[in-house]
Amino acid sequence: MSANATPEGTTAEGDTLPAVRLRGLHKAFGQNEVLRGIDLDIARGEVVCILGPSGSGKSTLLRCVNLLETPTAGQVFIGDTEVTAPDTDIDWIRARIGMVFQQFNLFPHLTVEENLTIAQRVVLGRGGAEATDTALAMLRRVGLEEKRGEYPARLSGGQQQRVAIARALSMGPEAMLFDEATSALDPELVGEVLDVMRELAEEGMTMLVVTHEIGFAREVADRVVFMDGGVIVEQGPPSEVLVAPREERTQRFLQRVLDR
Amino acid sequence: MYAATAAVALIVVFGIDWARLQDKMLRPDLVADQFPEIVTQAAKNTLIFTAFGFSGGLALGLVVALMRLSPSRPYRWFAAVYTDVLRGLPALLVLIFIAFGLPIALDVRIPGTYGRGSLALAIVSSAYIAEVIRAGIEAVPRGQMEAARSLGMSYPQAMRRIILPQAFRIIIPPMTNELVLLLKDTALISVIGVTPATKELTRFGRDGVNENANATPLVVAGLLYLVLTIPMTRLAGYLERRAKVSR
Repeated sequence: MSANATPEGTTAEGDTLPAVRLRGLHKAFGQNEVLRGIDLDIARGEVVCILGPSGSGKSTLLRCVNLLETPTAGQVFIGDTEVTAPDTDIDWIRARIGMVFQQFNLFPHLTVEENLTIAQRVVLGRGGAEATDTALAMLRRVGLEEKRGEYPARLSGGQQQRVAIARALSMGPEAMLFDEATSALDPELVGEVLDVMRELAEEGMTMLVVTHEIGFAREVADRVVFMDGGVIVEQGPPSEVLVAPREERTQRFLQRVLDR
Repeated sequence: MYAATAAVALIVVFGIDWARLQDKMLRPDLVADQFPEIVTQAAKNTLIFTAFGFSGGLALGLVVALMRLSPSRPYRWFAAVYTDVLRGLPALLVLIFIAFGLPIALDVRIPGTYGRGSLALAIVSSAYIAEVIRAGIEAVPRGQMEAARSLGMSYPQAMRRIILPQAFRIIIPPMTNELVLLLKDTALISVIGVTPATKELTRFGRDGVNENANATPLVVAGLLYLVLTIPMTRLAGYLERRAKVSR
């Protein structure tokens, strides 16, 4: 890894601990070893894009960070808290880490506004007015304030994903995980979601982004991590990994993706 | 084919003593005699047993369904055995067992006919309702639970706020069917002792048959069942069609 691979976060407030640290992470589903020893640090304010062929373990890696998947071995730290320690209050950790899913996963029985307020009220114990104010501020941020009363089914895929991002932001997260956030979208709707993600990155949000959007990675990522076969094959700034990859596997992957 | 049908029709029309039939099954004065008690007492009691039985069955069924989906193996096994046994036994047997068997075995008395009858019905229906609820919960996409948990909600919070509201919407039609089945099963209560005040429709009709040596009271009771169940069945069908459209 080159020296400038983990730049200082723009929001670091004297706290030099990385936002997320993964140590020797393994994950197996039965006989199928999906992660085979991952070490990764994400600094505060850093935007890390994870690329790799399907089945390379990148989504599983992301899901291990907030323990949607339980690692078979290894440790996950959020700030100074070890997430994988048995006595950790995982709900409290998850409330501090936002996650955006490929399939949006908005709550279909709740309005857009309720989607944004429910966890604030239930998890953070915020009052109705405060939760609503926060929700509206976040909806404004993704440009969908006028949709507050709609049900998710009435929104386009791009709008649903922007609401999902706003929902995660309503919790005031320290970091955001994006699991192929644009893969389920029609091509013409990808841009509006990437725009929101780009703005978030510019505001200094710590982001771990699993994506197939090479252009987004090149433009926004501080660091690109290329995974294959459950290990990190290569990582570094996009100008190196995406332009002049050292590893053959990375070269072949980029060739395939760019040929499409 | 038509000849055979016509022959049967002739036998029915001429071979049956219609006057006698009406006299024994639908005697106007006996029909009138049933009212108003058959509505104010019998039908009311049928609905009371249905309401208590269904509320109890719903509460028990929810607990059993959640146990069935629990990560804890003993809970899952208990729930599986519970549903298998109760669905595998005749409801009548369970009812008699709870009304007579258990009080003898445990030396407890379940107070009142309402109490015994409703409890038995609740336990019988809870096994079926548990399976309906489980199917409903499993029909909610996995991503819903993951999204709720990723926002920091605990499992019970996510169940209560996110999963169950969606599951119950899905299972309204099959649940209405369970309600109709339960309403008909209240007839089984007639085998356990009831006081005059807690007679439901079937017992009311049967007692009427015995008193008058005439089937009219039972026929009237049957008609009242239909008055109650047919609208409910229709409602279930309507809800089912609507659910299909909205998906």
